[in-house]
Amino acid sequence: MKVLTDNFPTYAEGFLGTLELTVYASLLALALGFVMASFRVAPVGSLRVFGTVWVTVLRNTPLTLLFFAVLLGLPRFGLVLPFEVFAVLALGCYTSAFICEALCSGINTVPRGQGEAARSLGMTFGQTLSLVVLPQAFRSVIPPVGSTLIALAKNSAIAGAFSVTELLGTYKTLSELGYNIVWTFVWIAVGYLIITLAISALFHLLERRFGVAR
Amino acid sequence: MAVDPLIELRNVNKYYGELHVLRDIDLTVGKGEVVVVIGPSGSGKSTLCRTVNRLETIQSGTITLDGQPLPAEGRALARLRAEVGMVFQSFNLFAHRTVLQNVSLAQVKVRGRGRDEADRRSRELLDRVGLLNQAGKYPAQLSGGQQQRVAIARALAMEPKAMLFDEPTSALDPEMINEVLEVMRQLARDGMTMIVVTHEMGFARASANRVVFMADGRIVEDRSPDAFFTNPRSERAKDFLSKILKH
Repeated sequence: MKVLTDNFPTYAEGFLGTLELTVYASLLALALGFVMASFRVAPVGSLRVFGTVWVTVLRNTPLTLLFFAVLLGLPRFGLVLPFEVFAVLALGCYTSAFICEALCSGINTVPRGQGEAARSLGMTFGQTLSLVVLPQAFRSVIPPVGSTLIALAKNSAIAGAFSVTELLGTYKTLSELGYNIVWTFVWIAVGYLIITLAISALFHLLERRFGVAR
Repeated sequence: MAVDPLIELRNVNKYYGELHVLRDIDLTVGKGEVVVVIGPSGSGKSTLCRTVNRLETIQSGTITLDGQPLPAEGRALARLRAEVGMVFQSFNLFAHRTVLQNVSLAQVKVRGRGRDEADRRSRELLDRVGLLNQAGKYPAQLSGGQQQRVAIARALAMEPKAMLFDEPTSALDPEMINEVLEVMRQLARDGMTMIVVTHEMGFARASANRVVFMADGRIVEDRSPDAFFTNPRSERAKDFLSKILKH
């Protein structure tokens, strides 16, 4: 217990760092995943190809490698941003590939006829997707998107290795101060649990509210 | 009767890979005409119906609607589709919307009507198909026949120039077929231009101006219902009719 009370500011700082990374990267991942999912079902061939390449590349790259590519690669092209922003970019883009796949599988659960009916009424592709297909797809993707965001929260630990302030990284400071490593990690784990259980609760609520009625 | 052609198909060909599903289809449907398409399954009649609003693309030939050739994709196609109502075998009501919202949605989003005006018109149409009291329910709470009548009201709400019916009663219990056919008969009497793919020979006899018989992707006969049912010319049609009329 003393590890926590003695070093509460350190823990709090790390916790907030992880929380920030999780929230911003989640928003980016959801937005990008949404766009990419739209691309993958678009009637335009080049957009479909772009979406597919995006998912294939990002989903199959190890996240650590992606962090190296973004944090060390982008500055070489003259793009210099704070490490936190780079970390959000890397995490968000990586996770967007998984979100995209979850959304696509959700779109596939909506019967074909729903889209056909919308189109036969004169709706454009965008209207069909946003008014008819996605609201129905949304219900079935709540659980997998929740899991993906939980994974994102835990993946944010990698950012610590790139000198971004986050929860896991606090162990370095604390172990240098001579605290018991086991208890240090227990409290770090509790921090992650708070975030992931909060995400779980949020998605559980969403599912109760919007989930598929059976 | 073909005074003023509304839907014209010329030399239409369609393939699914190797399979030649529509072979040199020529078909003209005049304004106010009711054309019933019948034929054995796999003969291409549903596909024919779906090419008219380009839910199925074609490989060659031309389709014109009210003199305009069917656009390839995009907004122009969407605009044209709004002029052609379609009723599906599986109803396809929007599952996440109430009956009233189903009928109003496209009026608001495609026709640009105000919400109140659209809802008022939807209520009129629901009343016409006898379902005004179900307006607040979701599609899953209705019977098949009720869902199909809502689907007809939804299509009519766009004030289409023509209506396509793709086997509208094939997924219904026998008891419910008649309530849907009654709505369709009424539409036919009101002078709606209709292409109806169906197995309901009674409807074809009573309401059609012409019967088109298809087999293996071709139009084999295109005649008045009386002439077709009493005296089919082709062997294929004779065989088909003998099978369905004696069971």
